[in-house]
Amino acid sequence: MKKILLSAILLGFIYSPVNADTVRMGTEGAYPPYNFINDNGEIDGFERDLGDELCDRAGLDCEWVQNDWDSIIPNLVSGNYDTIIAGMSITDERDEVIDFTQDYLPPDPSAYITTGDGNKAAYIGVVAAQTSTIQASHVAESGAILVEFATPDETISALRNGEVEAVMADKAFLAPIVAESNGDFKFIGKDVFIGGGVGMGIRESDSDLKDTFNAAIDSMKDDGSLNDLIKKWFGEDASIY
Amino acid sequence: MICESTIELYSLRSLGIGEKLLPKSDITLCDQFVLIGSGIIWNMYFCIIALSLGFIFAISTAIIRNNKYPFISKAIEIYVFVFRGSPLFIQFFCAYELFVLFPKIGIDINLIFTTVTFQTGWLTKAWLGALFVLFLNTTAYSSEIFYGALKSIPKQDIDAANAFGLSNLRKYKKIIIPTMLRNSWASYTNEAIFLFHATTLVFFSSFPAWSQSGDALYYASYFADKTFNPFIPYPIIAAYFIFITLLIILIFKIINVYFNKHLPRERKSSIRFLSNYMR
Amino acid sequence: MFEFCSDPSTLSTFDWFSCYLTNGKHIQFYKSFGLIILLLVLTAPLALMLGLAAAVAIKSNFFLLRLISKTYANIVRGIPDIIFFLFIPITIDQLIEFTRHKIKCPEIIDSVWQGNDFIVCSVAKLPLSSSPQWIHDMYGFSLAILSFTIVYGAFAANTFHGAINSVPRSQIDTGKAFGMNKKQIYFSIIFPQMWRYALPGLSNLWMLLIKSTPLLFLLGIQDIVFWAREIGGSKTSIFQYPHPDWRVWYFLSLLVFYLLLTKISEIALNRVSKKLYLPI
Repeated sequence: MKKILLSAILLGFIYSPVNADTVRMGTEGAYPPYNFINDNGEIDGFERDLGDELCDRAGLDCEWVQNDWDSIIPNLVSGNYDTIIAGMSITDERDEVIDFTQDYLPPDPSAYITTGDGNKAAYIGVVAAQTSTIQASHVAESGAILVEFATPDETISALRNGEVEAVMADKAFLAPIVAESNGDFKFIGKDVFIGGGVGMGIRESDSDLKDTFNAAIDSMKDDGSLNDLIKKWFGEDASIY
Repeated sequence: MICESTIELYSLRSLGIGEKLLPKSDITLCDQFVLIGSGIIWNMYFCIIALSLGFIFAISTAIIRNNKYPFISKAIEIYVFVFRGSPLFIQFFCAYELFVLFPKIGIDINLIFTTVTFQTGWLTKAWLGALFVLFLNTTAYSSEIFYGALKSIPKQDIDAANAFGLSNLRKYKKIIIPTMLRNSWASYTNEAIFLFHATTLVFFSSFPAWSQSGDALYYASYFADKTFNPFIPYPIIAAYFIFITLLIILIFKIINVYFNKHLPRERKSSIRFLSNYMR
Repeated sequence: MFEFCSDPSTLSTFDWFSCYLTNGKHIQFYKSFGLIILLLVLTAPLALMLGLAAAVAIKSNFFLLRLISKTYANIVRGIPDIIFFLFIPITIDQLIEFTRHKIKCPEIIDSVWQGNDFIVCSVAKLPLSSSPQWIHDMYGFSLAILSFTIVYGAFAANTFHGAINSVPRSQIDTGKAFGMNKKQIYFSIIFPQMWRYALPGLSNLWMLLIKSTPLLFLLGIQDIVFWAREIGGSKTSIFQYPHPDWRVWYFLSLLVFYLLLTKISEIALNRVSKKLYLPI
């Protein structure tokens, strides 16, 4: 106890100039093209561009923080960062715990992929999805056997290695993987719409920050720059505002 | 009875029996107790099977190593070094990545009366793959413990056995192995506890959970994520672990009494968890 | 790193790899090995001190102190360390912030727990949200060190407790007969001799500590496991260096790193114990 208090006092002296406008942006960094860690080890992707632009418009000083997906909401709630900007779909379940800004991506279809030679309705069988995603809940409820992985990349490896019969994820994440697989992977079944668009997650007690970002997203929607950004990262066919 | 309906729905959930969907909202203490307890089944399964198989293999490898056969003793030494010298966590990662590289065909094993098809694909599933890694791991640690005990058996004991004209087999059965076990039982008890604790790593390394069936820590972290309150599930799982650890100590103490029953009172060794007996 | 790396897709295999293995991501991966060493170097002495303090406290005359230290020393036997690591950092973090909140913002009477949120006033935040990222990293790392110290301090307490008890009783009685007080007995009889008995256990503990360092990964720190998984995963052409799933190679390299670390430690510890003429 003494030790804990002692370190509390010691750490209390680590100060830096107080600048109230620093906002810490939490992201996963493993979900291209939404967000990923590029070859220089920096956060990159659609959400990096978007977040920087939003902060610029709102006059905020933004700092990027990488955090694993499975603990991304708990760490927002406990205050390790101030926003989640990680391709997170707005769902009722999440909305009970945190608040969301308005969506900055229109409702995005989820899809199944399977290996090239499979033509049965594979998503009835064994489906991989990332832990605590809307797709994981969907698969669990659909009657298929859900196999959970901590990162999206592991789900793809599992399909390639024949561990699972299909992967379910956001279509925008799967599209480049299918395109570059030389026919190894293909989409199967219909697109599924779950969740209501992608928004930034913000603590429920932080309504000022939410308003600030809502206004910034509005201004990007109004002048069309958000659509340009979506096209840049998700291709010309992506659904826009 | 309290929690009756939850027990009915979830007590065997970790085996895939019972309610298909995990509780998502309005999570009660009952849910947490029952599901985490259900996950303990996996921890016990890993621990009991790995430990029993490991026990037999550890004794054999320790004896082979002690007899200094030219190549095989060296091979065992290297195997023990690799598994004792690296973290189990990394071993799980490596093993999983290697297992997925195996072709997914079944290997037929002919058992004279019947043919069993061994699916190499099973190795990537926790119930076999993780068990296999845990088995290799505990065998290495136990083998080192037993090897140390073998080395310290007094030469006179063996000379006495030779003087009685005991055959090699009887010498091992009656003198060497019992002495070895008696002398190393305290460290082996600790190894059992460490192994039981190590089973929590399975679903945190590479092995994926199928149909949301996982071990106790899988459910504890599930609840911590869902309720955003780590202060309930983790103490619950800690309580389960303390309870079972005490149970392991009790069982090993009873076995220890059996080992020592022929000795005069003042030479009976009681298991005291001496501080330098660690993994 | 090298000038010819500007367009990796045109490179030959050898050049491609020399560029790939020196890109920014890999440099961060290499640096994270230093983090493991730093963790070991900082945790070991802290855990020793905590363990020694707890071992002395177990022998104290105060019932409460004895009870607390005994519970503390024994708890690591019952609970897997991974559970501690998932639990301790967040507990300490909230405890510190709660304390700072009470001191710095006494005017706020609302509870810090509102629904799911844990809210302290912004000046009580640690680190302050305006602090640069390295301070946040350092804070997270300090919490990790503290967690490792707490767990391994308990192991060390057991080792020291055993070692203190192994110091021959007659020597302590002799000390008493000479009229030494408790402090003198500890400092001139017990502590100097205790090491002899404690060293085998402490060597073992050091090995145990080395082998638990990958658990840093679970504390959300970008350690070697994080980078191995991140860099090794398959990469599409959105990255400069697309490649299939290479995680197995990265994890095998971690395995080799740990084998080297434990082998070197083993040789060094054997030398120390031989120097001190210790039985192993």
